[in-house]
Amino acid sequence: MENIAEEVLKGNRLALAKAITAIENEYDNATEIMQKLYPHTGHAYVLGVTGPPGAGKSTLTDKLAKEYRRQGKTVGIIAIDPSSPFSGGAILGDRIRMNSLTLDPGVFIRSMGTRGSLGGLSHKTADAVKVMDAFGMDVIFVETVGVGQSEVDIVKAADTTMVVLIPGMGDDIQAIKAGILEIGDIFTINKADHDGADKLATELNMMLDLDGVIKDWRPPIMKTIANQNIGIKEVVETFGKHHKHIEENGQLTVRRTERTKNEMLDLLDSRIGQYIRSKVVDTGKLDELVAVIKAHETDPYTEANKIVHDLLK
Amino acid sequence: MDKIKVLVAKPGLDGHDRGAKVVARALRDAGFEVVYTGLRQTPEQIAEAAVQEDVDVVAMSILSGAHPHLFPAVVNLVREKGLKDALIIGGGVIPESDIPALKEAGIAEVFTPGTPTGKVVDFIKAHVKK
Ligand SMILES: Nc1nc2c(ncn2[C@@H]2O[C@H](COP(=O)(O)OP(=O)(O)OP(=O)(O)O)[C@@H](O)[C@H]2O)c(=O)[nH]1
Ligand SMILES: [Mg+2]
Repeated sequence: MENIAEEVLKGNRLALAKAITAIENEYDNATEIMQKLYPHTGHAYVLGVTGPPGAGKSTLTDKLAKEYRRQGKTVGIIAIDPSSPFSGGAILGDRIRMNSLTLDPGVFIRSMGTRGSLGGLSHKTADAVKVMDAFGMDVIFVETVGVGQSEVDIVKAADTTMVVLIPGMGDDIQAIKAGILEIGDIFTINKADHDGADKLATELNMMLDLDGVIKDWRPPIMKTIANQNIGIKEVVETFGKHHKHIEENGQLTVRRTERTKNEMLDLLDSRIGQYIRSKVVDTGKLDELVAVIKAHETDPYTEANKIVHDLLK
Repeated sequence: MDKIKVLVAKPGLDGHDRGAKVVARALRDAGFEVVYTGLRQTPEQIAEAAVQEDVDVVAMSILSGAHPHLFPAVVNLVREKGLKDALIIGGGVIPESDIPALKEAGIAEVFTPGTPTGKVVDFIKAHVKK
């Protein structure tokens, strides 16, 4: 397809899909697409949805998206599932919970596999969000399984992050403490039809107040039964409250500035890395260096400094 | 880093999707990214999901006998929506005598019950446009 960026801006859904593929597969035209779309970004509100496998993240996202649609807002959804470390393949199964949104012209859902390198995924996710933003989506959801630091990085693309938990996780709550508690602006206990929702809420409350610091936003704890559409409106209202809160106290600007800074640094790192590799690896210089380094005629530190000094002056 | 991306879909009113899930897992194990959408999808839903996901392959399975109508309907919608190169394949309980018409309608290959999943993998690798 020609003129992908222009077509995205005209509202062409196939172009939106092709733009995300270009980003995901690092096609040559990806940078050009992003350059053309960037001026049209900054309008969407980005919601991160994370939590343990099977917590009901996709079911919740489906219902929340429908609530936004009732309010007349357009919705983009990026649903990320883990790739198999063995085959590199993945089963991307989030859409199964969102089938009734597929034919809504105000909704666009895209699934992505983590493909091993989570580091690379966070900037690809951020770019996919930007493409949906430029396309004109008002609200963009990013769903990821929240189990580790890498997923936490992906969620940094979000303005407001919801952590989804379920009753009966027992001591697991200790395991999720690290990292996950810090990123939640809102905690939602889904599957509140199961035993233990109140107990989990009590534990969470305790943990959130543990540090004794009085914050200007204390993450609220919501309860939902996503598959029965219970508690959904309240979550949307709470998203709205958090949005308003961080808009008024300047945090939204701070978060977005921080994000832009990090994106710029990541991009620089990757561009400089690519440039140096092209000069060092492709020319065969690396092999020559390795030979002399192995012979202990010089050392990797001296040589790396020399290369950077020579190439970047 | 390119990956072959496949939509595995069940058009029509079939009551179970065990076979489709077996195929989905085999495709994953072959290194493909498999978008699975579950039971009872209309041709419109399948084609639209294929576009949003920008898949390279649409793999459908039908047990109910509705393939003469549903398979070609999906092919037409997928092409109409502009996914010109997507490879579209079908499987399920399909009489030999129906296969020529399905191929005529744009189904690249038809896999009948008992086909080893490796054959599907090989067919996709050989024919996908990537
Ligand atoms: N009982 C009950 N089941 C629910 C609820 N919400 C979702 N489910 C079911 O929980 C299962 C998992 O839901 P998903 O929405 O796929 O969960 P997920 O967190 O997106 O799962 P992954 O993406 O695989 O990590 C499905 O069978 C849902 O129908 C709920 O509130 N109560
Ligand atoms: Mg999910």
